[in-house]
Amino acid sequence: MIGHVDGNALAGPLSEIFEFDATLAITDCLGCRDIAMLAEAMVYGDNGHGLVVRCKNCGGVLMVIVPEPEHTKLDMRGLAWLQVPN
Amino acid sequence: MAIFSRGFSGRSREESPDLPPGQYLTEDFPVLSAGPTPTIDTAEWEFTIRAESGVVHNWSWDELHELPIEDIHTDIHCVTRWSKLATTWRGVSLDTLFADVDTSYEYVMAHSYGGYTTNVPLEDLLGGKAWVAFEFEGEDIEPAHGGPARLLVPHLYFWKSAKWLRGLVMMPNDDPGFWEQNGYHLYGDPWLEQRYS
Amino acid sequence: MTAVHEETVTGRSIRLKIPGWGGNLAGQHLDLRLTAPDGYTAVRSYSIATAGDDASIQLAVDRVMDGEVSPYLVDDLMVGDELEVKGPLGTWFVWRPEPTGTVQTDPVQLIGAGSGIVPLLAMIRLHAASGSTAKFRLLYSVRSPEDAFFAAELMAQHPLLEVTWVYTRATPEGWPTPAGRVTKEIIEAATFASTQNPLVFVCGPTGFVESVASTMVALGHDPATVKTERFGGL
Repeated sequence: MIGHVDGNALAGPLSEIFEFDATLAITDCLGCRDIAMLAEAMVYGDNGHGLVVRCKNCGGVLMVIVPEPEHTKLDMRGLAWLQVPN
Repeated sequence: MAIFSRGFSGRSREESPDLPPGQYLTEDFPVLSAGPTPTIDTAEWEFTIRAESGVVHNWSWDELHELPIEDIHTDIHCVTRWSKLATTWRGVSLDTLFADVDTSYEYVMAHSYGGYTTNVPLEDLLGGKAWVAFEFEGEDIEPAHGGPARLLVPHLYFWKSAKWLRGLVMMPNDDPGFWEQNGYHLYGDPWLEQRYS
Repeated sequence: MTAVHEETVTGRSIRLKIPGWGGNLAGQHLDLRLTAPDGYTAVRSYSIATAGDDASIQLAVDRVMDGEVSPYLVDDLMVGDELEVKGPLGTWFVWRPEPTGTVQTDPVQLIGAGSGIVPLLAMIRLHAASGSTAKFRLLYSVRSPEDAFFAAELMAQHPLLEVTWVYTRATPEGWPTPAGRVTKEIIEAATFASTQNPLVFVCGPTGFVESVASTMVALGHDPATVKTERFGGL
């Protein structure tokens, strides 16, 4: 896939990891401190190689989701925090 | 248990004994990206090699093209299981570019315009194994495929062939680049199926 | 899969009956997984054109050039075939007829291009079925009349829904304006003003969505009221 989609597309992949709708989580970008809903992030790549979730404001990497045979790795070092609805 | 989808076959692919384990042959050239495609003007393009002494070797687009250019015929293997056989490229060998580089470090971090990184041992870039490539199948490499120039290291999984190559930095340890930090193998030999760490 | 209908030259709508489906909100999507005989799998997201508790849902698929999944769904899939789905997914890009907390539900501005109409159509259908009196407007951009999904149904929604059509390559005969892309002027003329504080939903190719969303913000809409869903591509 060329270009990007948005965080709405993460609903499926993250439903395996989180019990809530992860696209409603609020993210704080460690790079530029923009605060936005995960649904609005820019999403590159695909669910075969890895999904790269980028801040819609500065383009910095918020999260990388890599599916492997035995587990899925979630790298969230680009987030200052993640806030999830109760 | 998967439901098999009647009549679905996906992209044309075959398994073949000439391919590394777990790979399929494809005629396509799928594009996978970790971020937006950078637009780089060759008038401003620059490639650098930075050694631990602080010495920086650099080449402009024109300077790169004054170096000996090689025709490369090779197979490429993507970790998402696609292999393309007998692809043709043109580029400058890393042996040429490293000729005057003085370093005792054994590892290299490749940096791309746009911020992508990937790590490769120096010995995997030398001995006729790697190039800075700028043509694919007789045409300039398209931006989506890493143009104007990308690293080409075909004996390793293709995520190591960094698109939009900007420079190489020598390092003493095999520090992980972008995908390697996210679970992908530090080395990435397709014949040993080194996909994940 | 229970029924198909050829919608456009390159697309069709597909009805699926899903045992155990608990229903879905207007605007949600599902992930479809296809498995080839050798175990190879491909996953794609599709927005759902229907909303409500019904276990029979509808998708619309546009055949993407060199696509891996859409040609199969548009050209090969037959009634009786089984598909693996995960969903419903996504609770952000949704419209609910009843107000939740302080979120306003009226008026509603829908803006779509090509197959981006699909989640918007679910909202339009729910709007009609629920008896909601919210004012709804749709700006729908397509290449030509033959590329419009659910055209007849959309035109029949009047007066509950005001539709403005934009044809980017070829117009219907006798159309008063020449073909052309959506512009800021067209958006301003066809959509609720920012002073009316509408809920805005924009869906379609990534380039279209980003251009339209930033235009809406430039026209004074609070970014928090502009919800977007990008389908990829340009």
